[in-house]
Amino acid sequence: MGTGLLLTSIQQGLIYAILAIGVFLTYKILDIADLSVEGSFPLGAFVFARFALADMNPVLGIGGAFVAGALAGLLTAMLFIKLKIKPLLSGILTLTILYSVNLRINGKANIPLFKNPVIFSNDKWMNVILLILIVLSIKIVIDLFLKTEIGYLLIATGDNEVLVTSLGENSNKYKIIGLALSNGLVAVAGSITAQMNGFADITMGSSIIVFALASIIIGDTILKSVTKIKGTTRAIMGAIIYQLIGGFAIDRGLPATDLKAATAIIVIIFIAINNFSPNGLKLAERK
Amino acid sequence: MIEIKGLSKTFNKGSENEIKLFENFSITFEEGKCTALLGSNGCGKSTLLNIISGNIAPDSGLIVVDGEDVTKDNEEKRAMYIGRVHQNPSLGVSASLNILENMSLADKKGEKFGIKRLIRPKNRVRYESILKELDLGLENKMDVMVKFLSGGQRQSLSLCMATMKNPKLLLLDEHTAALDPKTSRVIMEKTRELLERKAITTIMISHNMKDAITYSDRVVMLDQGEIILDRPSSQITEEELLSIYTAKLLEFQRKAV
Repeated sequence: MGTGLLLTSIQQGLIYAILAIGVFLTYKILDIADLSVEGSFPLGAFVFARFALADMNPVLGIGGAFVAGALAGLLTAMLFIKLKIKPLLSGILTLTILYSVNLRINGKANIPLFKNPVIFSNDKWMNVILLILIVLSIKIVIDLFLKTEIGYLLIATGDNEVLVTSLGENSNKYKIIGLALSNGLVAVAGSITAQMNGFADITMGSSIIVFALASIIIGDTILKSVTKIKGTTRAIMGAIIYQLIGGFAIDRGLPATDLKAATAIIVIIFIAINNFSPNGLKLAERK
Repeated sequence: MIEIKGLSKTFNKGSENEIKLFENFSITFEEGKCTALLGSNGCGKSTLLNIISGNIAPDSGLIVVDGEDVTKDNEEKRAMYIGRVHQNPSLGVSASLNILENMSLADKKGEKFGIKRLIRPKNRVRYESILKELDLGLENKMDVMVKFLSGGQRQSLSLCMATMKNPKLLLLDEHTAALDPKTSRVIMEKTRELLERKAITTIMISHNMKDAITYSDRVVMLDQGEIILDRPSSQITEEELLSIYTAKLLEFQRKAV
């Protein structure tokens, strides 16, 4: 693999690491399969584009993306908490709503961002360093959050809602916090992807949940013997390894059009390794 | 003191599966005493516990705790002064957290949960001394994830966590039924020691007549939402209890046929 492709894969892996940390919060901590991330990922890109088209500071645009994503997560949470719609369907309904919302934000399905202010430069190495700093900051904040009183209640909610109630707390509150935080991070990943690619596109969220799950599952499988490693670290490592595998496959002649099928197959293989290896981690286990 | 006054509860009202469980049911649980609730399946034991804990709303009637009407309080609010240990040992703990983390959560019960760090190293010694009283060696496993503990160890931890903040009322919902006889005996002994030490008003559901007499101050037997026996444990024998229980069971079977 050439240095260019290697760097691109690492860059993409680092962006997907943010996505994977977001999905880690719902899939692994809260035990909720949240499909709304397929809508909140492009939502982040389109909200960022709105800020960028107004020549605003890109950091503000990323902040705006986080808030918009958190609101999307709030919508999913409300659908299944208040209206008792199953979480899976709630996520599908949110992503369907977001498709229209994303088209309305800028009135177009594709927004080029080549001439607008972004956080990246033309130096690929500098971009990688910047991404490492962003990912590490997010990882540290999430790890610290999970060590707080609220963070532990988030973990307990995914584990055993009866316990949370017995502590005098409403577990729905923690589902809302988890879903908002998760979708906020996914939207941040979408906003950074738009800056890296130079455009926001309505289709960019398609199958993003599989990429996120692939990252989490690969991280869990490869690092399963090292129990001390945190879930966020596993998600980051998984995202980078997954992108390197994808980059390697393309380098070896896999057509880019086949990448999604290859991703799904990679996920199936890693789940099978997990489920059938003697010391395999049960994927239902959290943390 | 816990008072249940004029309680009525009907399930599936208006449908062909309507079950009228309680009608104008009243009972008082004395301060610091342990009451064993007995009765066959469907007699209303668990429903009564669920109504007291706020998990199920009654159709009418009052739940009064220390003179205060708490009928309208939701389950979370009532959990502030009620501890509950379930039949399933996993329901009282968070399996993916370790013992220290679980106990730290239980220690925060009734307080506001915020963005401070949950684990405070200074509390570790206190938690270890609480666990040491159980004499099960759990104090040496503070950093072990609860999912790696046995059912008995989990249930002991659940009991510890449910009583850590000295609740006004402890609900024991067949808390030894899922354990093997030896472990069940150990947990019952630990329960007795704990109740003697803390004098918490306790309602214990059990299907074990011997346990009901041995470990409680009072035995109450329910049948289809009605009290058919209410006596101090010292004034009833296991044989007597069994004969009433069996007679009711046979009567139920006759009606079913």
